[in-house]
Amino acid sequence: MSWIGRFRNQFRRTRISSDLDEELAAHLHEAIARGRSAGEARRAFGSELLHRERSQDIRLLPRLDALTADVVFAWRQLKKNRVVSAAAVLSLALAIGATTAAFRLVDAVLWRTLPVVAPERLFFLAVSNSGAEGRLPYNEAFDYPTFREYRQILGDRADVMLLGTPFRQGAMFDPSDEPEPVYRQFVSGNVFGVFGIQPALGRLLAPNDDLKPGAHPVAVLSYDYWTRRFGRDPKVLGKTFHIVKDQYEIVGVAARGFIGTEPGVVTDVFIPSMMNTQALDSPGWSWFRIWVRPKAAITPEQVRQPLQAALMREQQERIKTLSSDTPKQAIDAYLSHAVNLLPAASGASDLQRGFRVPLLILGVLVVLVLLVACVNVGNLLAAQAAARAREMALRVSIGAGRGRLIQMVLVESALLAIIASALGTLFAWWVAPRVVSMLAPADDPVRLMLDVNWRAIGFGVALTAAVTFLFGLAPALRASSVKPMNALKGGEDLHTRRRLMSGLVAAQMAFCVLVLFVAGLFVTTFERLSNRPLGFSQKGILLLETDFGAKRPPAVPMQVAERLRRISGVEAVSLAGWGLLSGNGWIGTVRVAGRPIEVLSPYFLDVSPGFFETMRIGLIGGRDFRAGDGAPHLEGRNQPVGGVGIVNEAFARTYFDGQNPVGRSVDVRQGKDLNAPLEIVGYVRDASYRNLREPIRPTVYFPMADKAGGTFIVRTANDSLTLAPLLRREVSQAGSGFHVRGIDTQSSLVRRQLIRERLLATLSMFFATVALALAAIGLYGVLNYSVVQQRREIGIRLALGARSAHVVRRVTAGIFGMVFLGLAIGLALGLASGRFLEALLFGVKTNDLSVVAAPILTLLCAVVLAALPPVIRAVRIDPAQTLRSE
Amino acid sequence: MPKADTLQGSLDLLVLKILSRRAPLHGYAIMTAIEEISGEVLRIEEGSLYPALHRMEEAGSIRASWFTKDSGRRARVYELTARGRKQLASEEARWTAVVDAVRRVLKLA
Repeated sequence: MSWIGRFRNQFRRTRISSDLDEELAAHLHEAIARGRSAGEARRAFGSELLHRERSQDIRLLPRLDALTADVVFAWRQLKKNRVVSAAAVLSLALAIGATTAAFRLVDAVLWRTLPVVAPERLFFLAVSNSGAEGRLPYNEAFDYPTFREYRQILGDRADVMLLGTPFRQGAMFDPSDEPEPVYRQFVSGNVFGVFGIQPALGRLLAPNDDLKPGAHPVAVLSYDYWTRRFGRDPKVLGKTFHIVKDQYEIVGVAARGFIGTEPGVVTDVFIPSMMNTQALDSPGWSWFRIWVRPKAAITPEQVRQPLQAALMREQQERIKTLSSDTPKQAIDAYLSHAVNLLPAASGASDLQRGFRVPLLILGVLVVLVLLVACVNVGNLLAAQAAARAREMALRVSIGAGRGRLIQMVLVESALLAIIASALGTLFAWWVAPRVVSMLAPADDPVRLMLDVNWRAIGFGVALTAAVTFLFGLAPALRASSVKPMNALKGGEDLHTRRRLMSGLVAAQMAFCVLVLFVAGLFVTTFERLSNRPLGFSQKGILLLETDFGAKRPPAVPMQVAERLRRISGVEAVSLAGWGLLSGNGWIGTVRVAGRPIEVLSPYFLDVSPGFFETMRIGLIGGRDFRAGDGAPHLEGRNQPVGGVGIVNEAFARTYFDGQNPVGRSVDVRQGKDLNAPLEIVGYVRDASYRNLREPIRPTVYFPMADKAGGTFIVRTANDSLTLAPLLRREVSQAGSGFHVRGIDTQSSLVRRQLIRERLLATLSMFFATVALALAAIGLYGVLNYSVVQQRREIGIRLALGARSAHVVRRVTAGIFGMVFLGLAIGLALGLASGRFLEALLFGVKTNDLSVVAAPILTLLCAVVLAALPPVIRAVRIDPAQTLRSE
Repeated sequence: MPKADTLQGSLDLLVLKILSRRAPLHGYAIMTAIEEISGEVLRIEEGSLYPALHRMEEAGSIRASWFTKDSGRRARVYELTARGRKQLASEEARWTAVVDAVRRVLKLA
């Protein structure tokens, strides 16, 4: 039998049905024509309807036929209860949309496999260290000498690749143009070959493009950039562009879909690693990840072991260079280093590192919201099903099978879920890019592949099916187990139905409390972090990261600072190695006579005179730097020269028991076992240096030495970048070789510190609000239903003299019990989940009473608000009216 | 779908045979032809003829077309397809084999 033909027939039902009628009528007509009476002919024929049905079933797909009928019927049902359906669809759509958006995000950041050959055989190296500063468990960045060594050690056991961190730089396609931002990624020559990537145009980089330092000025564009910047112009081959001082020629475009190896950043141009000339021989200059692909029949462990051995040798060497009084803890930390091979099938990026846990937590929250929404819709449908008990009973009595009834109710749920999914997908499509934009500051946005792929579609379909069963199965089973006798008697056993609904209320409350609890933690964290005193004033501060062209004595950039100071709108200008909270850090060792060396070494920062005034960091004692001050350093190879420095309160607390340290002297470690004396000339307030989260560390400020670059710190009257172009021009004109690499406001650096916390706080608060609203609506629905169902009973009770309080208790008792059960379960879950959240929290503990109290109070308020209208309705029932209407 | 009963095989065979001799015929004519030729021994339940015809049509052993009679009424007439012809041959052989077998049993038992 032809399936397709029958499926097609499904859409020609009227035609088929009229043909059948005509044929059967012709039969009877013929019979009469041959002399039989009409009655006799009909009798001989048998049940016309039955034969007709049988013929129709042969022509059509009976199951599909029933399904079509169910869909039509379900649609009518949904239209009949417009308000309920709209509420159900909207709340589901919101939840499904949020879930889909979360899935797309998590998929794009964490799960999307790179479009390369055998991605599951790719690994990247990470060194783990369980040291005292072990905030980051892994170090994933390496320097070139290490890469060279590892490549040699591994030999032909594995392909060893260098994949630089994509970095935004100014590129000029025409020397007269303003530089435009381009994300360039350094790669070793074997990357494209090992990944098996084909060129979309021209050729890709090969191993012989990466042999001699500085000798391979070629670049490959990503397909995405080629499309965006050049509109897929094939004439792009042979074009040249400048990045800083180097000129590159475009030799090819990589295959579509390959946008680099770091989810979060889309690489625009790939450049041979040999072109990063300065970094090649600089140990400690970490600028890339090392990827390996073990050759066939080599296990990852066989790759790891020789690397681990090399790392240990290196660490032993390093320990030998440490001075003899290094604390044992620090030595142990050196020895705890271990090489790890982490799977790289989905790429490796800082975004993954920073957002893996937060995104998964948000994913869990979103699923909880979805569950709350499902319970809600389930309750709405259950209430509706109660109203349809008679219809179901009728269906059962005329012979509808249990399976058929389940199908009918499930079809209704599915229709609801499909409509909600469609709306939700639209919502997700709209909201996902907006969430992505919250992952990074606007000037350096995160870019993800958020296209529609089979995984997203599969997820959507699976989600819709899951949702259908989640909220549809219970009502379907109930409907199918209806007992015609009960229903026709007019009194369903209400208590079982209410028990199901109360159970759902408890579940809903539990999910809701959990979401509220987690949201409360994140919001508190964000608040505490953003209210943390910085120790400096960020208002109006602009940071100009500047290249001096060559190593210059401090007086030269100070002259430039003088010029900047003359611009109107500029209040103060000074200079530092880098801005506070820029992410850079310099850690050194300080020794105070008669004290052991502290495990937590102090931060160092070189600053010009006027820095503290510009940053508004209060001077407690002593003096600011002045021209002519020098930092402690080594003259030649091993001649320590003393200098001056300014320290903060934490330094005084750690090394001088909180006494004013001005005038005291400490030793600053220079190389192995050499110390240069430093005289403390100033004492300043604490200020955040590198990270808002960490406690303020002891910090030593040094005078500036001869340098090739630094950051001008400019305090302007208004907190915006309006002066930026003017300042940039002024710096370039100030002296030969001076140019500004980047301008940022101090406040954007501070904001950047809070991105993750802001994201978590905002989204979890949003989910909490949605969950709360849904739970309140759900509770209202259940209570209202229970009042409507018990109207007769309440009426009788009131007529017999029951007090209002008694009625209220009767209506709410069971439900409130469930609410409290849900609360307790939710809180228990919340406290249990604290362990997973701790790393993301700041200044707040999961068992903090204030944090626990907030969600409970909020929820109780919502519960009371939701319960009030039905309760009032119950009390106001007029016995006479109710009894009359029955 | 209706269950296949033992007589159904023979009904199909009869319909195919009739249609192989005189075609095209409508349902009533097929019925009367079977009754007449069998000397009123084989009687077909009128209503169940049509589902059988439709099943065979769906299976592709017969095909139907509309034919307008002189009275202006339309009748749905059936004729054999190539597949139906093949099926007839094999059904006939099977039937003969069964009848022979039954006869042998009746004779010898």
